[in-house]
Amino acid sequence: MSNPMFEMRLYLLQRLTAILMLPMVIGHLATILYATRSELTAASILERTQSSPWLVVFYTAFVVLVSIHAPLGLRKIMGEWLRFSPKLANRISVLLCLGFLGLGLRGVWALTGAAMP
Amino acid sequence: MPHLTVRIWRGADEGEYQSFSVPMRENQTVLDVVSEVQRSQDQSLSYRFACRVGVCGSCAMMVNGKPRWTCRTHIRSLKSGVVTIAPLRNMPRIKDLVTDMSGFIDKWGKAGNVFESERDRRDAPVAVDPSSPRRKAADAAIECINCGVCHAACDVVSWNDSYLGPAALNRAWSLVNDERHSRKKETMAAAMGDGGCGNCHSQGNCMAACPIGLSPTRSIAGLKKMSLMSLLGGSDV
Ligand code: SF4
Ligand code: SF4
Ligand code: FES
Repeated sequence: MSNPMFEMRLYLLQRLTAILMLPMVIGHLATILYATRSELTAASILERTQSSPWLVVFYTAFVVLVSIHAPLGLRKIMGEWLRFSPKLANRISVLLCLGFLGLGLRGVWALTGAAMP
Repeated sequence: MPHLTVRIWRGADEGEYQSFSVPMRENQTVLDVVSEVQRSQDQSLSYRFACRVGVCGSCAMMVNGKPRWTCRTHIRSLKSGVVTIAPLRNMPRIKDLVTDMSGFIDKWGKAGNVFESERDRRDAPVAVDPSSPRRKAADAAIECINCGVCHAACDVVSWNDSYLGPAALNRAWSLVNDERHSRKKETMAAAMGDGGCGNCHSQGNCMAACPIGLSPTRSIAGLKKMSLMSLLGGSDV
């Protein structure tokens, strides 16, 4: 890469997203536990999620963080274990990032669509 | 007298193991065994050593798959009737047990390992406080004698040609903590560049293998922390 600090910046980005995701993972698990333990039906869960702008913000941020964090980790695995060239690993990582973003945001939209402005 | 089976790598990158049978002795190191083979069975066997007492670090080889100083490894401690001896990992092989260490040494240079001072003989020496945190960090890393054992133990070195490796980065860590070193910024830039500390997985193979108990892992963790601080704008290098 032209910038010698490129790798270090990606490293920083991966650590920062990890730190931000940590409380969100706990929040996400708590939400799931609550939803499954409280004997809510799928319909009533959807009813609640679709009326919550807070959930839109939470899960949109979560999806964005995951889409940055996960491909960076996979990129290292592709380089070190699968011996992909840096160029190939970079390209696949960008595709993964876009894929995670697309799937994740579509999920957020489905869960909370009605709450969107 | 009971005998020990020793399998020794012969050749360069291409080659094969050759088996020798060596008398087992009461007190016998792996280096003793290699020397005995060379003296009494095959004089063409090539290997390196110098001090024979764990000072110089030149006798490092892979013993049963682990990098070790052969003069400090007792056959008894291996608890195995068959000993497999190969040249150090992660370095090109020259002949038999001798590796080409120039790539390893070049990486030291790439990690900004050269000490530089802006002072000359007319200046008073810097008063270094031995109890300051930075000096303690430098002291913890400084005893390295470039034996290459940690470099051979590191998987990331084997996966990534550009990775500088534990020994070179450990050296960089002792320099960025040395208040007399005038090129800390350059050393830091090298240590956090593409082949630098961000590649380390922090799993400590290097630390477990270092014969003098240094922890390149901890040094590299220190470099990582410093790099992140400097990228975030709070550098104290
Ligand atoms: S850190 Fe230890 S194992 Fe690594 S080169 Fe220095 S002395 Fe050898
Ligand atoms: S801790 Fe880092 S330098 Fe040491 S062996 Fe593991 S990856 Fe290599
Ligand atoms: S020969 Fe010097 S350390 Fe082994």
